[in-house]
Amino acid sequence: MNLSNINWKQLSKTFAAPLVILLALALMPFYGWEYGVSLFSHFLIYIILTVSWVMFSGATGYISLATAAFYGIGIYSAALLHPATGFSLPLIAVIIVSAAASFLVAFIVGAITLRLKGIYFAMFTFGLVLLLFQVINYVETSILGQRGRFVALESNETIYYYLLGIFVVTMIVTFFIKNTKYGLALRSIGENEDAAAHSGVNVTMVKVLIFAVSAALMSTVGVVMATKTIYVDASTAFNPMMSFSPALMAIFGGMANLYGPAVGAVIFSYVQEILQTGNLNNYYMLIFGSILIATILYMPQGLMGLIQNLWNRLKGAKRALTRG
Amino acid sequence: MLKVDKLSAGYGNIQILWDVSLQVNKGEIVALIGGNGAGKSTLVRSITGLLGAYSGNIEFLDKKISGLEPYKIAELGLSHIPEGRRIFTEMSVRENLEMGAYPKNSWKNRKKTLSSVYEMFPRLKERERQLARTFSGGEQQMLAMGRGLMSLPKLCIIDEPSNGLAPKVVMEIFEIIKNMRAQGITILLIEQNVKQTLEISDRAYVLENGRIVMEGDCATCLASAHIKKAYLGL
Repeated sequence: MNLSNINWKQLSKTFAAPLVILLALALMPFYGWEYGVSLFSHFLIYIILTVSWVMFSGATGYISLATAAFYGIGIYSAALLHPATGFSLPLIAVIIVSAAASFLVAFIVGAITLRLKGIYFAMFTFGLVLLLFQVINYVETSILGQRGRFVALESNETIYYYLLGIFVVTMIVTFFIKNTKYGLALRSIGENEDAAAHSGVNVTMVKVLIFAVSAALMSTVGVVMATKTIYVDASTAFNPMMSFSPALMAIFGGMANLYGPAVGAVIFSYVQEILQTGNLNNYYMLIFGSILIATILYMPQGLMGLIQNLWNRLKGAKRALTRG
Repeated sequence: MLKVDKLSAGYGNIQILWDVSLQVNKGEIVALIGGNGAGKSTLVRSITGLLGAYSGNIEFLDKKISGLEPYKIAELGLSHIPEGRRIFTEMSVRENLEMGAYPKNSWKNRKKTLSSVYEMFPRLKERERQLARTFSGGEQQMLAMGRGLMSLPKLCIIDEPSNGLAPKVVMEIFEIIKNMRAQGITILLIEQNVKQTLEISDRAYVLENGRIVMEGDCATCLASAHIKKAYLGL
């Protein structure tokens, strides 16, 4: 982005709607709608996870199933550094430490595994979730002799504002990547790594770096969410569903623009919320799976892609295959 | 400008290139000719840094480049226009071209370079927002060449540009290559279309079974009995 010739009109057009939405979200706790705060917290968790997932996997096509690992690192950071009793760091410090730790883990894991292609990368990243689960489980049961930990609770409003803050950071990071040459580089890697390297992209560095950035964002959600439940253990922290959900929500919403993953996350987490409060938890996976199969078969561009197509058809536009 | 000295390379135990030496001087069009399986692609992969060498040395602008990462070699001003027109199909024409300007030095000048590339390929400008996969073979080749020029290269390695294109389009492409040289870009042209390639090149190397079997100016090569028999079918 060249700062000297910013088109302010264009800029205000891009940012006006997001700012209004953000303001409305920021005032949420003052509406006197108690349930709204926790419902929107629930939305924000999945939006952040899904958007961070798309940041790396959507562009490069490397399907990462490590989301739960980084989310879990966040939860355990909170359990260790923000416990219910004893020495406790302020939450913001825990978030920073956890983001740094996740960044480091992702950087190392990425440097080792990002040469793997396709299904092998997906398997390995999922292996990371199971590995961390087993290691922590072993250390707790066999060495420390105490399973799980207690976390200091935070109020619903505090949790909500932290999530909103992380959400804003996530959006800024995504916007920045999209509008600099790194966005182009990521997509070129997704299409053809050799050609990207020939074009002058430091392929390994770009992949590892963005993977680590997305991991750092994912872990911060874990930190905040840990303060919602008083007790955490390895099985709740490293729950494989946290790896699958963001990927599936992104596919459902569509990954061509920023709104797709967010819309997918809101719709699915709402369905999950309704079914869980109605004690229909088992049906959630059934419905989730059916919708997903239908999505892949009938709207491969996701929900936002479908809406875009319908909109183009309504306008009678014949420019479906353009971009930029 | 480019000097390959006794290069041996291959994949694991399978050696493809045997003591290959070649040189490209500033301002030249040098042709590298060889049939399928001769080792042309392996040689290009070695020069551009995708493949490590067993032995030998590669220099570009008097600097050793063997062992450097591909992106570093691209930053030095060596541009590779890949065979099979490997453009980014899910990106728009403009995004493809911007990708070409990715190295640090060319990124700053990308707007200026873009307009000169559009001047050279007016069809790309008309369709700058269109997805590259909707292009015909000839248009994709033009886009690949435009992308290669966006990095403001000193040397372009053009890999089989005429592959799979109609004769009329091939003539257009060769005109563009001559035009590129006129603009001061040195070219290493890798081709199977021997006759036309030798007509626009200054010198040629013939690669067979991973070895350079002949080198010299194009008139000599065209006159050689071996070339006539093996490549021109005369």
